Amino acid sequence: MATSTVLKKPTAFYEIFERKPDADKINTHYCPGCGHGKLHKLIAEAIEDFGIQDRVIMINPVGCSVFLYYYFDVGHIQVAHGRAPAVATGIKRVHPHSIVISYQGDGDLGAIGGNEILHAANRGEHITVFFVNNAIYGMTGGQMAPTTLPGMKTTTTPRGRDIRNEGYPLRMAELIATLEAPVYVERVALTDAKNMAKARKAVRKALQIQIEGKGFAFVEALSTCPTGWGMNPPEAEKWVNEVMTKYFPLGVFKDISDKVEPVKFDKKVLTPEEIKKAIGVNGDSATYVKNYRKNIIPEKYKNPKIKVAGFGGQGILLLGLVLAQAGMLEEYHVSWLPSYGPEMRGGTANCHVNISETEIASPLVSIPTVLIAMNRPSLEKFQPTVKSGGIIFYDNSLIDIEPSRKDVEIVPVPATKIADDIGSTKVANMVMLGAYIGYTGVLTKDSIFDALDITVKRRELNELNRRAIEEGIKFVL
Amino acid sequence: MAKQLMKGNEAVVRGAILAGCRAFFGYPITPASEIAEAAALLMPEVGGVFIQAESEIGAINMVFGAASGGVRAMTASSSPGISLIQEGVSYAAGAELPMVIVDIMRGGPGLGNIAPEQADYNQVVKGGGHGNYKVIVLAPNSVQEMCDLTYLAFDLAEKYRTPVYVLADGFIGQMVEPVEFPEPKIPKIDKSWCVDGTSETRHNLITSIYLAPEDLEKHNLKLKEKYERIKKEEVRYEAYRTEDAEVILMGYGIVSRILKSVVDIMREEGYKVGLLRPITLFPFPEQKIRELAKVAQIFFVVELSTGQMVDDVKLALNGMREVKFYGRCGGVVPSAEEILQQVKLVFEEIEKEIEHQK
Repeated sequence: MATSTVLKKPTAFYEIFERKPDADKINTHYCPGCGHGKLHKLIAEAIEDFGIQDRVIMINPVGCSVFLYYYFDVGHIQVAHGRAPAVATGIKRVHPHSIVISYQGDGDLGAIGGNEILHAANRGEHITVFFVNNAIYGMTGGQMAPTTLPGMKTTTTPRGRDIRNEGYPLRMAELIATLEAPVYVERVALTDAKNMAKARKAVRKALQIQIEGKGFAFVEALSTCPTGWGMNPPEAEKWVNEVMTKYFPLGVFKDISDKVEPVKFDKKVLTPEEIKKAIGVNGDSATYVKNYRKNIIPEKYKNPKIKVAGFGGQGILLLGLVLAQAGMLEEYHVSWLPSYGPEMRGGTANCHVNISETEIASPLVSIPTVLIAMNRPSLEKFQPTVKSGGIIFYDNSLIDIEPSRKDVEIVPVPATKIADDIGSTKVANMVMLGAYIGYTGVLTKDSIFDALDITVKRRELNELNRRAIEEGIKFVL
Repeated sequence: MAKQLMKGNEAVVRGAILAGCRAFFGYPITPASEIAEAAALLMPEVGGVFIQAESEIGAINMVFGAASGGVRAMTASSSPGISLIQEGVSYAAGAELPMVIVDIMRGGPGLGNIAPEQADYNQVVKGGGHGNYKVIVLAPNSVQEMCDLTYLAFDLAEKYRTPVYVLADGFIGQMVEPVEFPEPKIPKIDKSWCVDGTSETRHNLITSIYLAPEDLEKHNLKLKEKYERIKKEEVRYEAYRTEDAEVILMGYGIVSRILKSVVDIMREEGYKVGLLRPITLFPFPEQKIRELAKVAQIFFVVELSTGQMVDDVKLALNGMREVKFYGRCGGVVPSAEEILQQVKLVFEEIEKEIEHQK
């Protein structure tokens, strides 16, 4: 009886390794004396004992343990080199009830995936990471790992790792333990019975923490690679115990598992109506058609292609947005396009607005029929582009030159001065807006006022905005 | 339903959520950042996940993880970020994972600038990652399509179990136009292939590794067959005033809008000119191009690049008709008037040719 218990595989392992492509479906692909098999067994036993087999998702890394899916009878995701913690993050976040195990080697975790592990740990992802450190790239033929010891010969350090050339071995457990979020960080060795007992305990604890919803757990396992090291298994075990542990001391580097509160993951499920409301498309902020009494618009002002330009901070983009919004309220086709790019942060701003009775092809206004210029550089830059027969509005309280074009209508508006007079320079844009609609008849005051309430988030400002618009209209009439 | 005025980048996120996307992983980059910002604001409101990743590599692999769980997931970035994402896209194509990636193209190469360009065509449509794979690429040209094509992208991604790109330029992302939103979908998790931590999916394996050469060849051929099916079933385009057109203008994204203006102006002047706008860049509307070539003499391709999509037009025509190209790049966007001058030169050439033949 006792014998059969010993021989029985943990249920978390497949009885027969069907996914293994070679003829041998019973033994693993690992070399004799390799540490992976030992760690696999500890994990499989823990999965069985905790009764979590259905919930486990293993992230299969790159390296010798790429074939975890041959052995473990759990869900598997095979991933790119180093990215296991990011993939683990993705799956755990969308399925918090799952138990996500990221199993990684030293090149995977310490080198190419250094960034991913650091940030997953730092976010305190609710995942369990098993880090197998054998100081070498075993699968690819024995190249240097970030954990290769100084002086150690590998195929890419044929004279031995020279710290002046390759730097120092990375102590990942210590590094991770310096972060705030990780709950539990321990280094164990997969060697003799005493160390294996500690490793067994660490594996269980790391999984327990995830099951309880406590957070990020990290177990580094010093592991033998007799093939990569050119040793026999007993020599390899001895080397781990006597040499590796000197550089990579065993022990617990961090454990706050009895201090952290477990997280409860609640799943929010919304009805279609709730979804629409939550993202603001349920119609509350949508525009319903109102019958505005439209002005009679002279033919030459119809279907304007407007360029609004000035300093950043003058409310240039807002002026354009309010025009577009009001245009939409009046059932025109509209588009608004901001200048963006280096100019965005460089102090000047402009936007393109189309208000059209027909569908708008190009939203770009390269030859405006209307230029609203709020500063001198804008007037100078854009006045040559205005269409012959077009119209230029400019703030003559701020711009000390006059437009030179003779083939366009020119409307000077002392917008900044008027704004100052009513109490705030900031509403010069609205004075200009008022002047534009007042002069051309394009859009009504009513639709503009409604547009303000939709566009301006701080509605308390709209009282002054409305006054500024009235002043602008008054000025041109 | 009533319309709402909205920025392209914000419409993307709403389209995604309405399509049932509940996971967004991203890394900020101009001019795509508003997408991450909107997702950060809205995803938690609908019980979804938002994480600002450590890098685009982290982001795409988080998408890989969420997609493995059968959940609709996405990321968004811009050109240099897309370069980093390519590794993950190759893995996802290999593992046959549905996911949506939005690329709001900016100027390159290298850091380039943040102005609009269309120079990601090759790295997105031709696939910037390793291996024999294709991705479906949708190219919106309005804010409405930013929403609608993102919404569609999730269905296509799931139908074919493949990454789908929404490829837009900085202008389409930054532009504000009226949008009408579609109805919300509540997609079901397909337990036949995904891994979601339940007994039903315990035996599933998401992988792109096929160690035996014969197996990998088989897998590649299976993928190829899928891409052929996509070519047959998913071609989308807009043909505008093409029926009797002697010259066909071709462009996608913001360029197609400018070209529409060109067509309108030139038609008024009596020129027989039309516009063919590919909405899917893969699959490319090859057949439609060949069909139009029965009447059209010249294809005139305009891009915000030094010429990338133009290669596909040439491949489709295979020498049948002459293909001309006009491109501006670095963030310079040609006006309708500028393009118009170029197209008129083409008509002059046709006239001369006719004269010559007489």
